[in-house]
Amino acid sequence: MTKENTDSYPGGEKPVEPISNNFSITVASINGSGSQTSNLTLMRALFKMGIPVSGKNLFPSNIQGLPTWYTIRVNEEGHLARCETQEIIVAMNPSTFIKDMEGLVEGGVLFYDDSIKQQINRNDIHLYPMPVKEMVRDSGAPSNIRDYIANMVYVGIVAYIMGINMENIYQALEFHFKGKQEPIDLNWGMVKNAYDWAIKNLQKTDAYSVCATNKTDGYIMADGNTAAALGALYGGLQFAAWYPITPATSLAETLNEFVPVFRKDPVTGKNTCVILQAEDELAAIGMIVGAGWSGLRAMTSTSGPGLSLMVEYVGLAYFSEVPVVIWDIQRIGPSTGLPTRTSQGDLRLAYYMGHGDVKNVVLFPGSVTECFEFGWKAFDISERLQTPVIVLSDLDFGMNQWMTRPFEYPNKPMDRGKILWEEDYLKLEGKWGRYLDVDGDGIPYRTLPGNKSPNAAYFARGTGHDEYANYSEQPIDWEKNLLRLGRKIDSNVAFLPKPVIKSTSGANISIISYGSTDVAIDEALSIFRKEGLKINHLRIRSLPTAPEVKDFVRSHERNYVVELNRDGQLHQILSLEIPDSTMKLISLSHLDGLPLTAQWLVNQVIIKEEYQK
Amino acid sequence: MTDQISQTSKAQVNLVGLTKNDYRGNPSSLCQGCGHNSISSQIIAACYELNIIPEYMIKFSGIGCSSKSPFYFLNRSFGFNGLHGRMPSLATGAMFGDISLKGIGVSGDGDTASIGMGQFKHIVRRNVPLVYIVENNGVYGLTKGQFSATADEGLELKKQGTNPYLPVDIAWEALVSHATFVARSFAGDPKQVKELIKAALSHKGIAVLDIISPCVTFNNQDNTSHSYSWGKEHEVALHDLSYVPRAEEIMVDYEDGQIKEVTMHDGSMVILKKLDRDYDPKNRAEAMRVLEESNKDCCLITGLIYINQTPPTLVELYNLPDEPLNRLTEERLRPPRETMAKVNAMMF
Repeated sequence: MTKENTDSYPGGEKPVEPISNNFSITVASINGSGSQTSNLTLMRALFKMGIPVSGKNLFPSNIQGLPTWYTIRVNEEGHLARCETQEIIVAMNPSTFIKDMEGLVEGGVLFYDDSIKQQINRNDIHLYPMPVKEMVRDSGAPSNIRDYIANMVYVGIVAYIMGINMENIYQALEFHFKGKQEPIDLNWGMVKNAYDWAIKNLQKTDAYSVCATNKTDGYIMADGNTAAALGALYGGLQFAAWYPITPATSLAETLNEFVPVFRKDPVTGKNTCVILQAEDELAAIGMIVGAGWSGLRAMTSTSGPGLSLMVEYVGLAYFSEVPVVIWDIQRIGPSTGLPTRTSQGDLRLAYYMGHGDVKNVVLFPGSVTECFEFGWKAFDISERLQTPVIVLSDLDFGMNQWMTRPFEYPNKPMDRGKILWEEDYLKLEGKWGRYLDVDGDGIPYRTLPGNKSPNAAYFARGTGHDEYANYSEQPIDWEKNLLRLGRKIDSNVAFLPKPVIKSTSGANISIISYGSTDVAIDEALSIFRKEGLKINHLRIRSLPTAPEVKDFVRSHERNYVVELNRDGQLHQILSLEIPDSTMKLISLSHLDGLPLTAQWLVNQVIIKEEYQK
Repeated sequence: MTDQISQTSKAQVNLVGLTKNDYRGNPSSLCQGCGHNSISSQIIAACYELNIIPEYMIKFSGIGCSSKSPFYFLNRSFGFNGLHGRMPSLATGAMFGDISLKGIGVSGDGDTASIGMGQFKHIVRRNVPLVYIVENNGVYGLTKGQFSATADEGLELKKQGTNPYLPVDIAWEALVSHATFVARSFAGDPKQVKELIKAALSHKGIAVLDIISPCVTFNNQDNTSHSYSWGKEHEVALHDLSYVPRAEEIMVDYEDGQIKEVTMHDGSMVILKKLDRDYDPKNRAEAMRVLEESNKDCCLITGLIYINQTPPTLVELYNLPDEPLNRLTEERLRPPRETMAKVNAMMF
């Protein structure tokens, strides 16, 4: 039966050009069926074979029952962004079967659960039916885990057809089950059975395969939330309050997991970090503002709806000059939006969060490794500037596995900023005011609760105050203070991460971007190079706008600002902050909740450039 | 400067060598006769008499008349005036900075019983080490006389008409949220207020003090339950309460069965002298019954309503070093360099 189907492929008449290490596999399954373990196993095995790989989970806002897709892309050149073409489908979900099949490229491959009774109406693809039900039944596995190990059937069969090393599959299972032999054996048994079945019953007819190489040497696989949490712990995080929200939850859960491992006090053996699940985001932010004010390195992690709830306290923290770090793992809004889809739509809110004149420091990590780096760096910046720092990550970073450079130990000591303890306070001989700009950089000195010097205490407040933290309604006090607050951040952007610029000689147009779109942009740039189009690239890593960004924008005829939101929020901010170059800024906004693709960007730029001629 | 020194040397000092002035704050900008001012005075007196060094205290508030009052006491203590109804979260985070400090939070009925109800219940449930005073006057003062959530049903206010809703009972809310210390008092009974504040400061967990504190400007009509005259006429003390510091002998002799002693964690003692009833503040069901009765009989039951010293405080759950967290240096906060390779190996 099977053989007849596959043999009927018209491509069989002409020789098939082999395609090695350059395609994507999408597993279409049902949410909650346990396919994630299988998908991660395939992806990790490929990584261990030395082939650059990424995995993106396109999942519904649902616990069980709705369709979900997991796309694994392998690309020897290291282009790992989402890709618009589907070369291989593993169809496990009857309800999406037809659409999944129809989406395959010509010459594509369809693995499918043979219990799915749907008409296969394409004769330009390769078919590999899989007797999933039969194999699970024959395995004798207990009924409560049958659904889970059913997914291991496709791991074995795909491994055989694509040429994935079985040792690497075993390694991936060992890692996933943290060395626990029973689940490893159970899953491995099923993979092995399926693989052996495939040897006997399937004949490879398609063009796609993998081949071991060494292109993943010097890389690890990790997700952005894990990286951010670890970075924060290496940054000396002392207090985190959080509230569950997709896609930020795993960040706080990772903190919980690693505090006992890495944050025991070397002196007393006790904990040096408090993680607290708050009753809501209103409380989470209140707690970290309290903790930050009392001198702890404090953070929270949330997503758009939570960020909305935090607005008032962030405004207070800005005004009362309390350092706190907020990780916003963006999902698409407004409102509940699409809770399981990625976005860069919170930029405007984050930057101007608070009523009245507020402008916050915003950081944009552009890789998972940078999530780690900004994890610790954000505290240095926040304590140095005594202001909230909002780090904008997103669902794509936060919840997907990325091939990334290993995390690097912080390359400088902690910067706790201008803090006065008893001995420092004595040196000032009483010349201290909490909001007094002694050094002319807009940054005052702060004392912390527990400081026993008489007069070291002050009353922090959201109401008007003078340089000595006394209540004041004097117009001049208000104006002076607000101007200093503005200056404090604007004149200290040197403390913020500088943009990353990739130049091509002779280019007079550019792409400006931030965050998780970097991989797609990198791929697009390589396409532009092949097409002979000269384009420079600047990746912004912080706001307010650095002088390097302003110079860059001014030195190009056209700058395409690429972002995942409707209004081109970064484009708007750059237009405001570089008013003389507004006409040089063009917005390219990608708005469907999916990660950026190189193909989309290339098409957009080509269309816009055509228009310029 | 010399004048000041000579003045202090003349003034009376407590055991830590401080005068009462060392516990004062800025002059109050609240109305003359406001119950909140009287409570501030009792906070000052209690801290002075307890010989607490002001630098060892930390104070918090939300928004409203009550929340301004931390500016009017303990100038030498750090303080943070937070957001409306969200003092509890602020205090929860801040108390971790240096767990040797004593926290006191002042809120009002507008701040605690409306927007703040959620945070109030959660700080209580978590048993955060904090004295939580609600200066309860049944009315919004700073916005000029609107009903609060604790206003009497049927209360008539000038511009608001008649309040159709039943009031929130702060002590009751605290009790059902598993508060470990619940007291009610009346600003017109300063001695009891002071003794309760002392007891609260000796309690290791959350200590909720619901203090009826009349608003002389907007809600002090004789027939309403938040007024001075109503309180004076209707106050029914559960006991005659006095606080005895550690190492001080109990000098007064009581007849057998007339007193109950509650030993606090710091070794001090709260002596409850029996009045008309035999009241046991360690019985939660009894506490609920008394509150219910008080509402039904339209009287103002005051005193230590409930105490439970068993549950751990929030801070105790975290196994933290004795040294203040906010003084730990980089060597104790940043994992050593050699762990980095281990972390990377834990990834894939």
